[in-house]
Amino acid sequence: MSAGSQPALSMRGSLFRKNFITALLLAPAALWLVVFLVLPFVAIAIFSVGERAPEGGYQAALTFAQYANLPARATAFWNTMVLAPAGALACLLVAYPVAYYLALRAPDRWRLILLALIVIPFWTSLLMRTYAWMYILGGRGIPALLAYVGIEDLRLINTPGAVLLGIVYGYLPLMILPIYVSLERLDRRLLEASADLGATPLSTFLGVTLRLSLPGVMTGFSLVMILLLGEYLIPTLLGGGKVFFIGNALVDLFLQSRNWPFGSAIAITLVLVSVVVLTVANRISTRLSGARRVDLI
Amino acid sequence: MPKSYRDGLPITPDKFVDQLMRLKRGSISRRDFLGLTGLGVATAVMARELGIMPTQAFAAENLGDRMSIATWPNYHDPQTFENFKADTGVAVEVNVFGSNEEMLAKLQAGGSGWSLFVPTNYTISTYKKLGIIEALDMAKLGNFDGKSEDSRFTAEGTIDGTIYAVPKNWGTTGFAVNTKKLTKPMSSWKEFWDTAMAEGDGRAMVHDYQLTTIGNALKYHGYSFNSLKQDELAKAEELLLKVKPHLFAVSSDYQPGMRAGDAWMTMCWTNDGAQLHRDIPEIAYVLGKEGGEIWTDFYAIPKDAPNKPAGYALLNYLMNPKVAVKEHLANGAPSTDARVNALLPKEVLDNPILYPAADLLKPLEFGAAATLTDPGRAELMARFKSA
Repeated sequence: MSAGSQPALSMRGSLFRKNFITALLLAPAALWLVVFLVLPFVAIAIFSVGERAPEGGYQAALTFAQYANLPARATAFWNTMVLAPAGALACLLVAYPVAYYLALRAPDRWRLILLALIVIPFWTSLLMRTYAWMYILGGRGIPALLAYVGIEDLRLINTPGAVLLGIVYGYLPLMILPIYVSLERLDRRLLEASADLGATPLSTFLGVTLRLSLPGVMTGFSLVMILLLGEYLIPTLLGGGKVFFIGNALVDLFLQSRNWPFGSAIAITLVLVSVVVLTVANRISTRLSGARRVDLI
Repeated sequence: MPKSYRDGLPITPDKFVDQLMRLKRGSISRRDFLGLTGLGVATAVMARELGIMPTQAFAAENLGDRMSIATWPNYHDPQTFENFKADTGVAVEVNVFGSNEEMLAKLQAGGSGWSLFVPTNYTISTYKKLGIIEALDMAKLGNFDGKSEDSRFTAEGTIDGTIYAVPKNWGTTGFAVNTKKLTKPMSSWKEFWDTAMAEGDGRAMVHDYQLTTIGNALKYHGYSFNSLKQDELAKAEELLLKVKPHLFAVSSDYQPGMRAGDAWMTMCWTNDGAQLHRDIPEIAYVLGKEGGEIWTDFYAIPKDAPNKPAGYALLNYLMNPKVAVKEHLANGAPSTDARVNALLPKEVLDNPILYPAADLLKPLEFGAAATLTDPGRAELMARFKSA
């Protein structure tokens, strides 16, 4: 009896030690998340049921008036819900051929250099790169060059096209890399088998390559879309502030009209909407790629 | 974005070695060495951030070696801060802002770190009400002379007889026009808005600022710049929504667009108008004959200023007419101080952009505190921007 209980006790002891070590290892991350994610979120939630003080800012209250007022930013929500998927789709259309070339066609000795070339611009802040585009698209940039060949007074900056260009440029690497990873793991024998069985290149691409790279596509799509849901810099700088996204509405509410409670209510709503959108996207991608789970990178 | 004006001015290697040798010879103190080479600032910043040297360690009269000011873009002569540093050993970090609301939001949140800042007239009563700014200790500002100031511009810095802010400069809000692109002469806000929808289609800019954008739209119908009346604001909104699709941009950063020739017309503050006209003569600055805005920027000291002695010292330094005159020559905004005007060259005083004719100034209105904080106007602006 006593002999039998001995190993059980020590096993419980080692189990306890294991759990303790796991808890210790997780503690920094957990602490970080609590202090910088959970607590601010709670603060925002409390703000969102408050009132705007007469001089701006926050005043304690318990009201859902801020949430009732959400339709006042319906246009901004709508613009964002159109921009985010559209921008991600544009990114995808540009990124897929690049990732395909890198993973399946590029010579081995070039691959690393090409990948580095895609990643390096990311080392500079997005603000800087977007400012650079302001000058490239501005009157002294491309339009000045076009004026030499007789195309006068062309305006590129502050157009929807400029915003789209900025978005595709800014977020392209985030789309290329996950697709590249999923294409690189592609088993080439599947392509040969498909060809042996009489499939045309197009149907091989659609039925094998594209299908197997879908997890990467959905990862890239979700990543870009999440970031675009909060985007405000590119529309402001390349769109001339004429297109109003929910990110712009938030900036204005916190820094201009200083309506913190309303801004908080919008922030909370944006988080909830993002969660719903991503859950749906995840479901779709799981189904499309044949019950395989999608992991974020 | 905090950025020191000194970022581009590091000490040269020669100078550094020179100073190092002087330190070794003992002809300068360690403190001077640290100050002259910029190492002092770095050490002080590190020490403070790491908690090695608490700020309280400075004696009451010690100015420390670092302070921070919040101000507007292109608003100071960088040499002013360079000279101040040479005189006092205090390095000035310059924070540039885009709007009074942003400044207010930062100060309201606390811990801004500024020892001096530059609020516009209509915010001062709000700052006072919120208890964010100091009643100025005029004994420490010997260079300020209330008698030499134009009372029209100083009035809003004084509340119930107490001085909370002293004026930096004044100015107007009109519009800038590229007269080569838009040749028809203009003199009113009505023409500004009508042109934006016709010859200036796709080339006009309005501020990303409800006070001026809504205020100048109200002027189209001849209403007060500060109107809070529902029916008048509704008319202004109607105009703004009609103009919106024709605009080049809704942005207060209009100099790049005007300089590049992408924008042909923009709402514009005095000093920007003067700078644009100076560099590109065909850009004219127009005050709407219906009126519009006149403003004064003030200096004020936050109650939670981390380095008040240095804040007062810099403010007093800037109130010296000989220093102020250089500031005005650099930023191009007119001065409120008769002593400074006496030192300004004639061509500045005769510049109609800086010192407009009296009959153009007469209909102008100071923005009101209520205009700035009115939630209705904020919502109107949001509807305009999202349209």
